[in-house]
Amino acid sequence: MSQSGTRKLDWQSKEMQARVRRRYVRERRFRRVGLGAVIIAASFLAFLLFTITSNGIGGFRRAELALDLNYDPAILGIQASDSSEEAAATAVSRADFRPLLASAAQAQLGDSSLVSEGAWLAVRDQVVEDPSLIGTTQRVWVVGAPNMDILAKGQVDFDLAPDRRGVSTATVAAYRTLREEGRIRLAFNSGFLTQADSTNSELAGIWGALIGSILTMAITLGISFPLGVMTAVYLEEYAPKNKLTDIIEVSINNLAAVPSIIFGLLGLAVFLNTFGMQRSAPVVGGLTLALMTLPVIVISSRVALKSVPPSIRDAALGIGASRLQVILHHLIPVALPGILTGTIIGLSRALGETAPLLLIGMRAFVSDVPEGVTEPATVLPVQIFLWSDEVGRGFVEKTSAAIMVLLTVLLSMNAVAIYLRNKFERRW
Amino acid sequence: MAPPNAHIVKSFDDDLRALRSIIGEMGGLARSGLDRSIQSLLSFDMELAERVIADDRRIDDLEMEVEAFAISIIARRAPMAQDLREVIAALKIGALIERIGDYGKNISKRVASISDSKYRGAGSGVERMGQMVSEQVDDAMRAFLDRDPYLARAVNDQDEAIDDFYESLFQTLLGEIAEDSELTAPATHYIFIIKNLERIGDHATNIAEMVHYSATGEYLEARAKGGDATGLTLPL
Amino acid sequence: MPDATVVHDEVVMADGAKMTARDVDVFYGEKQAVDKVSIDVDSHYVTAFIGPSGCGKSTFLRCFNRMNDTIDIARVGGRIELDGKDIYDPKMDVVQLRARVGMVFQKPNPFPKSIYENIAYGPRIHGLASAKADMDEIVERSLTRAGLWNEVKDRLDESGTAMSGGQQQRLCIARAIAVDPEVILMDEPCSALDPIATARIEELIDDLRGNYAIVIVTHNMQQAARVSQRTAFFHLGNLVEYGGTEAIFTNPRADRTRDYITGRFG
Repeated sequence: MSQSGTRKLDWQSKEMQARVRRRYVRERRFRRVGLGAVIIAASFLAFLLFTITSNGIGGFRRAELALDLNYDPAILGIQASDSSEEAAATAVSRADFRPLLASAAQAQLGDSSLVSEGAWLAVRDQVVEDPSLIGTTQRVWVVGAPNMDILAKGQVDFDLAPDRRGVSTATVAAYRTLREEGRIRLAFNSGFLTQADSTNSELAGIWGALIGSILTMAITLGISFPLGVMTAVYLEEYAPKNKLTDIIEVSINNLAAVPSIIFGLLGLAVFLNTFGMQRSAPVVGGLTLALMTLPVIVISSRVALKSVPPSIRDAALGIGASRLQVILHHLIPVALPGILTGTIIGLSRALGETAPLLLIGMRAFVSDVPEGVTEPATVLPVQIFLWSDEVGRGFVEKTSAAIMVLLTVLLSMNAVAIYLRNKFERRW
Repeated sequence: MAPPNAHIVKSFDDDLRALRSIIGEMGGLARSGLDRSIQSLLSFDMELAERVIADDRRIDDLEMEVEAFAISIIARRAPMAQDLREVIAALKIGALIERIGDYGKNISKRVASISDSKYRGAGSGVERMGQMVSEQVDDAMRAFLDRDPYLARAVNDQDEAIDDFYESLFQTLLGEIAEDSELTAPATHYIFIIKNLERIGDHATNIAEMVHYSATGEYLEARAKGGDATGLTLPL
Repeated sequence: MPDATVVHDEVVMADGAKMTARDVDVFYGEKQAVDKVSIDVDSHYVTAFIGPSGCGKSTFLRCFNRMNDTIDIARVGGRIELDGKDIYDPKMDVVQLRARVGMVFQKPNPFPKSIYENIAYGPRIHGLASAKADMDEIVERSLTRAGLWNEVKDRLDESGTAMSGGQQQRLCIARAIAVDPEVILMDEPCSALDPIATARIEELIDDLRGNYAIVIVTHNMQQAARVSQRTAFFHLGNLVEYGGTEAIFTNPRADRTRDYITGRFG
């Protein structure tokens, strides 16, 4: 047609120009819709982050009261004759610091309930560390009661009627006095990051749950990574193509879609009831989450292995590499970034998982930092779940603060994943 | 041999066809030049002789055209197998036809010198030989246009008859020179004319050989070319 | 006689052939890709396999080092011998076979490792060099032989994949040479390269001729004509014609060969 010179198309005609204009309009509209979607998603995320941060930031601070403490051995019930260092230490750790604090608070603040019920623990730890304090008088900042916390953070709405504020007028008066005397301050809540759970919101910490999470993840990683990668390698490289391998493949894909609570029930039935393992232990949690993570790792590893260019496999085979050499020297190194990405995604999911762990008893109240994988422990998401259930007013900000910690851990895991991926990909 | 089917690239076929048609035109011109030169010789028609000489330039031009075209086909199409053979054959046949045209021109150039002399003795022999050679050229060209290896072989086989005829005419002319030295100049011209005709016959045979090679990929068995069976070389 | 194998007179099936194939069939599942092909490969010549896509030439080539083993559904019948030993014999170690019969692929496929490692990998897995100095020597020799040494000697630590396509392919040839093979199979080695890089590879093939039996599969007939001394034409799984390259390209005997190489395939 183009050669015959009978071309009838007029690209400049009105209809054509209108068509072009409509095309541009549609193009722009489509782009705007996409941009709008991004903006909506981003604002949801921003809103979420803002809410959590504004709620949770307070959890990292606590009210502290200044007390002049006289470490009187008599009150503490320590005999001066305990001269040997060891005996002295034992005596200090056995000593009862509660009356010491209560009397000081009563005397100096006018009300012993302004000080946290657990404030004496920190005081004791200080003395255990430095026994020479005994017999001296020191000004010490001790943890305030939840009421002090709320007042110091300005969370009391004074517009409400006094009986609806949740804080008695006497306490408010006491707080105002303390503030005028400079005996109250808001300080970094070091206990939140170094201690385990507590029934007192001002003393509750995330450290126990974090360690529990880390131990659980270590078990999960240690089991699901080698198992998953080996499964993927076998299925990709060795397995014959037949009905059985088809069934295995379908099953793995289905497993990845199974709701996590089912895995919890499985863990409950297998690890706790059949094998009689310790409830609430990270090892059980890790095993259960490993079951859940395994299909994710298998699938992503298979995809990564599949996406290794066949030319590399050919090159290695063509030079006379054995199957094992092809896999170890060529396929896995090239597939590693993909395998690691899949692993981290699986672990991230496991890290945020609550439901299966509830079923295997990891929702117990654990006030000690676990020291091994068989000790009772809880994990970050379960801790968040538990705190969100608490009635104490101080736990609201603790929940958000714990979410911030969890998000930080997740983000750092993703950062590690990106770092590893870039490192292995950039090697050549 | 079955006629070759078409190329996937049709313009390649067009090129080859165009190349063949130029060769065909050259062959026609060369043969007509040969026929007319013999005619001008027999009738001492100086005008006709002049026209033959003038028309030969057309053959020379066509030969250059063939050469350029064949080079362009080789460069652009990278011909293979019988296509390659055909292009090479066309290149060589073009040169051979151009030589045939030159020999015809050469005969015509001698018409003037011969017409001065009273000698007419060799006329009928030359006419006969001219016919034979003209038919050879015609057969060779037909073999080329039809890609006919059998006709090409026949042309090859006939060359011997022309050589024999040349030999006898040559001896006759030599005898006449020996008898009458006055005849030396015209008879020598005739000797060159029949030598030219003999060379044209050889070129027709060479064309036939190229046709055979192009069509079959095989050379005709080597044959001693007629040429100077007398072993004499005459200055002129 | 369009389907009978035509063998030119000058290619006599010699006793001293490096590799011989007799009545080789290859099936991909139900489909027959190669049908009763017999051919001899001589050490002193470059043998080219030509033919249209899907004619089975690459499949047949991959029988010579048993690369078809890696395809589950491929089944090879007939007999292929290397120095008179059946390579499909269960006692034949396929890893050693592939070291003896090296292969260069269509797409340059250096390992994503350094240039040095690319060459050293083969000798290392086959235990050809124990000391670093020996390995260095193998690497230098192989790269020199592949005409690459002067271009890369100052950047042996750089990635093999960062080179130009032509260099990568010469690196792959050097990698194949490094394990000192007896036969080198090349599966369309220049199809991804520009004409200059192609010319370098062809020059290299010419240099290597005589030291190795070289079999090259190519789509490019001009290339077959340029680099090979023997040419085999395949069509639809059949060996149609096998002969001296010159004879095949000036005067093929079989109609199918003629139609293919003159561009008349219908």
